[in-house]
Amino acid sequence: LQQRRGIRLSAPAPIQVTVRDALNQALDEELERDERVFLLGEEVAQYDGAYKISRGLWKKYGDKRVIDTPISEMGFTGIAVGAAMAGLRPVCEFMTFNFSMQAIDQVINSAAKTCYMSAGSIAVPIVFRGPNGASAGVAAQHSQCFAAWYGHCPGLKVVSPWSSEDAKGLLKASIRDDNPVVMLENELLYGVPFEMSEQAQSKDFVVPIGKAKIERQGTHITLVSHSRPVGHCLEAAAVLAKEGVECEVINLRTIRPMDIETVEASVVKTNHLVTIEGGWPQFGVGAEICAKIMEGSAFNYLDAPAVRVTGADVPMPYAKILEDNCIPQVKDIIFAVKKTLNI
Amino acid sequence: PCSPRQLPKEVVLKLYRTMTLLNTMDRILYESQRQGRISFYMTNYGEEGTHVGSAAALDDTDLVFGQYREAGVLMYRGYPLDLFMAQCYGNTSDTGKGRQMPVHYGCRDRHFVTISSPLATQIPQAVGAAYAIKRADANRAVICYFGEGAASEGDAHAGFNFAATLECPIVFFCRNNGYAISTPTSEQYRGDGIAARGPGYGLLSIRVDGNDVFAVYNATKEARRRAVAENQPFLIEAMTYRYGGEGSEVGAPQKPTFLRVLVVFSPLRGSIGHHSTSDDSSAYRSVDEVNYWDKQDHPISRLRHYMLGRGWWDEEEEKGWRKSSRKMV
Repeated sequence: LQQRRGIRLSAPAPIQVTVRDALNQALDEELERDERVFLLGEEVAQYDGAYKISRGLWKKYGDKRVIDTPISEMGFTGIAVGAAMAGLRPVCEFMTFNFSMQAIDQVINSAAKTCYMSAGSIAVPIVFRGPNGASAGVAAQHSQCFAAWYGHCPGLKVVSPWSSEDAKGLLKASIRDDNPVVMLENELLYGVPFEMSEQAQSKDFVVPIGKAKIERQGTHITLVSHSRPVGHCLEAAAVLAKEGVECEVINLRTIRPMDIETVEASVVKTNHLVTIEGGWPQFGVGAEICAKIMEGSAFNYLDAPAVRVTGADVPMPYAKILEDNCIPQVKDIIFAVKKTLNI
Repeated sequence: PCSPRQLPKEVVLKLYRTMTLLNTMDRILYESQRQGRISFYMTNYGEEGTHVGSAAALDDTDLVFGQYREAGVLMYRGYPLDLFMAQCYGNTSDTGKGRQMPVHYGCRDRHFVTISSPLATQIPQAVGAAYAIKRADANRAVICYFGEGAASEGDAHAGFNFAATLECPIVFFCRNNGYAISTPTSEQYRGDGIAARGPGYGLLSIRVDGNDVFAVYNATKEARRRAVAENQPFLIEAMTYRYGGEGSEVGAPQKPTFLRVLVVFSPLRGSIGHHSTSDDSSAYRSVDEVNYWDKQDHPISRLRHYMLGRGWWDEEEEKGWRKSSRKMV
């Protein structure tokens, strides 16, 4: 009776989905939807991916759609860029964005600049994705954050998901975008489950690139972050709420083009700003936010200088106690909030 | 080239003790990672012959650029166990001050350049160092180790080419162990391995059985001699296997015609050499494949057979050494 009438007797149920599974779903759905889409990288096929993001995809789609490459980032990135120029839609996986430095000429000089250099006649609809930033105990050459490096370049879009919804929606949006997109994931988030609404579970769920999300409403201070530190901001906000300080937490979702309007509107309301990122301080995401705020109308609403909470200005050390002190922790965010609010 | 008969007993015993000590240390540090005491480790199972055979053929002051699976070279040069441990644990005794991931050893005194993670970057660096060394000292060489997978990187191409055009005293040593994480050589390249690439660059190349310590020694010795004497770079490709198994390398002494008595399927011996502790290679390697190498072709057991044949080793010594080496670690 229920099925014939199409009546729902209970509300649609959100479910817990890990970031890994969300990315996997996004890849699966886009591979199915558009036969020009394909995935390439080291270990992505039979091994299911170094971090198992592409689990089951080679089995389902075969050698033509999921391709294992020899060890040459420069080589396979160049090949992917060429394939995009010729009409395919590659998803190029870096085992970590640290290794993308071997290929960065292809990403910047070729993928990013070609549309402009050809006056729009050559498109490069490619997605570069992989884990970015600090993991745990992987030291200097596996822990760098590239948000500032790629965010610096015109011609690229750069996204940085936090939750499973972010991951799935942004990956689908990136694959459907005709521009080169750099998607900065985070290894420590891969195994973290987040609630996904029924809407987010659908095959056409897309998170728009260039739009930030307010994860928590607040009135006293604005916290702006991206990727894993968004979680730390929410934890800090919970602690501060007990002391009567209500933080508004903004998840940037996109680094470039940055949604500064959402940040401005928030600063107009709260009059205080702290930026939080895992990357190094100099020339970073926080520096850009502060500069943009100064250039806009929200500057007049600031009651105190904006403060940046960042990773320590050193190559990431290995020993746990050293590493813990090189990444922004909840206590650092709380300290910055109290300093800004002068409490 | 020298035959094994010419290597004195002390050297042969040192080769054996180094390989087995390394194997023992590997097993304990691998377990440490499994227990959460260190975050990461890479074993050297099956490739010990490539380390000590080449290390023994070099001069002590020859400069070593490794990739990450050459701990036996450093061990052969006398790097103490507690410094290996300190590096892996990142404690206050670590000369690297807790800054590097485990197995990223380095020792200036023993001319072993600190390990760096990105693959093949050491290749052009080694060439540059060889060029500098050539200008400073006519009797010194550089050896540069890398895996067959890393040889796919663009840096390898540049390094090989420049070694020849700049006429550098360098020995390139490729450990072809069959796999790059899960990628077998059949997917890594379609040419005839790495040795075949050498002549294309003007390198003299040789392919050796990497599990035959004496072959590795001979090839390295001659390559080094000529690299220094003629400023002719050499490429050695050592065929080996990224092998594992907790105890099978230090199993009961046996003649080659016997099948192994201890079954590889038993829990102690069932594990195989993974790329690192972040890998589970049972996902892409069949047990049969690993069994072959275990039963017939391991550098440690092959050297032991030789020593037994010469009367330089026996079961008593084996028992005693197994005990004392484990105790040391």
